[in-house]
This record gives sequence, C-alpha cells and structure tokens, in this order.
Amino acid sequence: MICEKTRLALQKLFPTPEPQEAPIEDAGEEKDKKVPQEPRNNGLVERDYAVHGYHLDAQVSPDQLLEAVTIVDEAEFFIESITGVDWIKDGQLEVIYDFSRYDFDLCRVVIRTRVDRNHPVVPTITGIYAGANWHERETHEFFGIKFTGHPHLVPLLLPEDADFHPLLKDFKA
Amino acid sequence: MNSPIKLQPDETFILNVGPQHPATHGVLRVKMEMNGEYIVNAETVIGYIHRMHEKMGEVKTYPQFLMNLSRMDYLGALGYSHGHVLLIEKASGIEVPERAEYIRAIMVELNRVASHLFWFGAFVMDLGGFSPLMYALQDREYILDMLEAVTGSRLTYCYFRFGGLYNDIDDDFISAARRFIPRMRKSLKKYHKLVTGNIIFHKRLEGIAPLSQEMCRKYGASSAVARGSGINFDVRKNEPYSVYPEFDFDIPVFHECDSLARYKVRMEEIEQSLRIIEQGLDKLPDGPIMPEKKPKLIKPPPGDYYQAVETARGSFGIRLVSDGGKTPYRLKLRSPTYSNMHLFDESCRGMMIMDALAFMGSLDLVIPEIDR
Repeated sequence: MICEKTRLALQKLFPTPEPQEAPIEDAGEEKDKKVPQEPRNNGLVERDYAVHGYHLDAQVSPDQLLEAVTIVDEAEFFIESITGVDWIKDGQLEVIYDFSRYDFDLCRVVIRTRVDRNHPVVPTITGIYAGANWHERETHEFFGIKFTGHPHLVPLLLPEDADFHPLLKDFKA
Repeated sequence: MNSPIKLQPDETFILNVGPQHPATHGVLRVKMEMNGEYIVNAETVIGYIHRMHEKMGEVKTYPQFLMNLSRMDYLGALGYSHGHVLLIEKASGIEVPERAEYIRAIMVELNRVASHLFWFGAFVMDLGGFSPLMYALQDREYILDMLEAVTGSRLTYCYFRFGGLYNDIDDDFISAARRFIPRMRKSLKKYHKLVTGNIIFHKRLEGIAPLSQEMCRKYGASSAVARGSGINFDVRKNEPYSVYPEFDFDIPVFHECDSLARYKVRMEEIEQSLRIIEQGLDKLPDGPIMPEKKPKLIKPPPGDYYQAVETARGSFGIRLVSDGGKTPYRLKLRSPTYSNMHLFDESCRGMMIMDALAFMGSLDLVIPEIDR
C-alpha cells in the first residue's frame, strides 16, 4: 500500500516518533471544548479518512519542506492545491499543500508548515512541481507569504498594483 | 516589400490575446511572444473576473454560502454545490436520505451533459464550424427546461441543501428525463457523423498539443485533460462518494494525448452520464428528501476537512478549516480548470497560434471558475 510506504518515508523526517499525542484537531470527540487550542507540534498524524477526507497529515518545519515534497513527488503524487491559513491568535501563518494520486491506490497527503506571521518566508516548490507556480502566487497575494526562489512572484488574481492581503484576519477593506 | 514592418528571422513581437477575445471564452488574457506564426513564449493573465469567493466564505454562514458555489462555474454549477454540501455533511455528521442522494446524482449528471454539450458546440465553433453549436444548444435547452422545473433556475442553481434537497422531483421530470435519454443518444450519433469524422476537424486536432502524463501530474491536471493522456483518473471511481458506487459506468480513457483525444473523452462521457441517469431513474427509491433530524445551526466541530468531487471540468476540491463557529475559519476552493489552464503556458511553446487556440478550446475553460 502506497499510503503505508509514504507514511514510513515521511516519518523519517521526524527523528523521534512522537508517542500518540492527544489528537488535538480530531473532530467529534470534544464538542463543547472552548479552550483555544495550542498550535500542534511538528509531526506526522494519520487521520480518519471518513471524517477528514485525507489520510496523512504531516506538519514540517519550513526547512524540511522541500525534503517532504520530494518524498511525495518520488511516490508519484500529483499536486492538488496550495493554500494558507491565518492563525492570528498564535501569531502564525500556515501553508497547506495537498497531494493526491491518479491510480486507484487512494491516498491523500497533506503537508503543512507554519511560519511566523511577521516574517512569513517559505521555500518555493516550483522546482519540484511546476504547477505550484500559480498556487504559490495566489497564496502570496492573499496572505503575504513570500516563497523564496519563486521565478515570478507577482499578483495573479488581484490587480497588479495590489499591496494588501485580503485573507489575513486583520484585513480591513 | 509591401509590408512596412520587416521582421528579422529571430525577432519576436508580443501578441495580446484577450481579455475580450472570442476564442478565450471569457475574460482571459494571454500575452504571446511570437516569431511569425509560432509562439515562443506565452504568459496567461487571469483575475479579470476575480470575486474572492473564499473571503465571502469566511464572512457568510454555511447556508448563506450555498449560492456562491453555482456562481463559480455557470455551465456545470450543480457539481460544485454537490462538493460543498458533501463536505459540510461530512464535517457535521448529517445523514442524507437515499432518495436525495440519487436525485443529486441524476441532477449532477444532467448538468454534466448540458455542460459538455455547450463545450462541444463552442469548441467546434472555435475551429470554424458554426452549426453544431446550434444543434448542441437545442439539446441543452431540454436539460435546462427540466432542471428549471425542479430547481427554479436555469444556470445558477441553489438546489442542494445540507442533508438533502430543496424540492422533490415529480413524474413530469421523470418522464421528461426518460424521453431525453434516447433523444440525446440519437443526437450523439448525429454529432459523430457531423463532426467526429470530419477531415478538417481531424487535421486541426490530431497530434496537436501532446501532454505527457508526467506533465499532467506536475500540474495536477484532471478531467479530460488527464484522461486524454491515458490517465485513468475520475474522482467518481478513484475516490467514490455519494451513490456513485451503485452505478455501472466506465471511465473513457484515450492514450493519444492530443486535442482530439480530449474531445473524444468528453463525447464518450456524455454517453456514460446518460447511463448513470438511466440507472438512477430505475433505482430511485421512495422516501423523504430531507433528514428528519438536522441541526438547526450548522456548526462543524473544529478541524480540517477535505472533499473532492468530479465536476464537468475535473476534480474540484474544497477544504474547510473550522474553529467551531457559525462561519468557516477558512474555506479553500480548488478549481480544476485553474490547474488545467496552468499547463497552457508551458505546453503551447513552439506551437502555431491557430493550434494553440484549438488547444485552449480543448481544455474546456470557464473563466469565472478559474478566477473564483
């Protein structure tokens, strides 16, 4: 099974396999929990496909990103999308990379990385997936995340002179 | 020399296609660097009809956002709504009655046929054949009338609800749909006779714009773009959802990788959609179309959810990051044509401009869906 193979390959990025930490984001169990959740540590978590819609969820540090993406590239995943999330309470921005497969060996992999909100810099993956180009440009203009090494990091959907980032939570129109 | 401009052999000039060009089917602009008739480099400029649906998703409550999805892709709107309702139902654990799921599948497939018909007409018109568009629109009109009678709108449907449907189908709809299937099969034969075997049509498409499987993977292409390159990928089969596992249908795959293969895939898909509609009508169970128990306020528990569906234009993905509130914390819409169009810049290099426009037509572009 490709999922198991990819899990083992990705697990190597995290030297000490973390013992089953409390599933922070697992849905359905603690419904009336209102305490703001701590950002989770880097690591690999297997998700319930029936609930979340994906299998593997790896959070890596920005400098591990290229290594992680190379692993999914070598396993012949295709790139689905790249997007960001603004975690303003933690002072962080998250970049989410979605990968899936063309064959019938169903496995969806999510790679995410978190960066400081005041200094959001992530390496580009356009060298590995050429199709990441537009996705990164879009994430750049919506969140202000800089993708170092990107060949053409200018606004894509917004006007060419746009200097605002509309999907940041503190954006006021 | 008659021409006042004399071009050196390696001298290039910039040709601006769009944003108001009929061949781009919407407000899409391509800056092409040309050497005579040949494209040296191309840069696609999108965003002319960007409306920031993702931000709207963050400020609107879940039910309020229902209508936005059909404004993304105006030709195959129901497929996108389907993805949205499936995602919210999965996240908040709402059970959907079986009848509702069957009706959804029938409606989505009808919409897919309508979308492919429009594409067929427009594509052939791009290549210079005008009358197939008129035939295609005539058939499409039947579908739109059927959908209008049930959903209340002709293009921008807001028909699906969390947990079910807004309106049940009646006997009129069922008999109209049953009449439509043989009619459409007859028309398909007519189209194949009129267009598919045409020698000019073949000359314009055969061997044009070959897309390798590796390239499809690097760009995340889906729909006929991937299936025309020999990739057997259809979310309905690869990642079954709704009641699709109950239906017996095939995924047409062609290995020629060219524009003609993409055309053949879509034409074959119409037939497969008709098969699904036929089986759906046969198997349609009785029962309610909305669940008895449904939360009054949709508030998915905190977490990260993803749902992919196969729309008329490819694999549409929708990601919800919920913080347990009344509105999504983040809603990402992954549109299939965005990835398909992205291929264009790289693969049209060295092509003649008229071939590039034929290639663009074979991608089945709907610009509001790229720009969101």
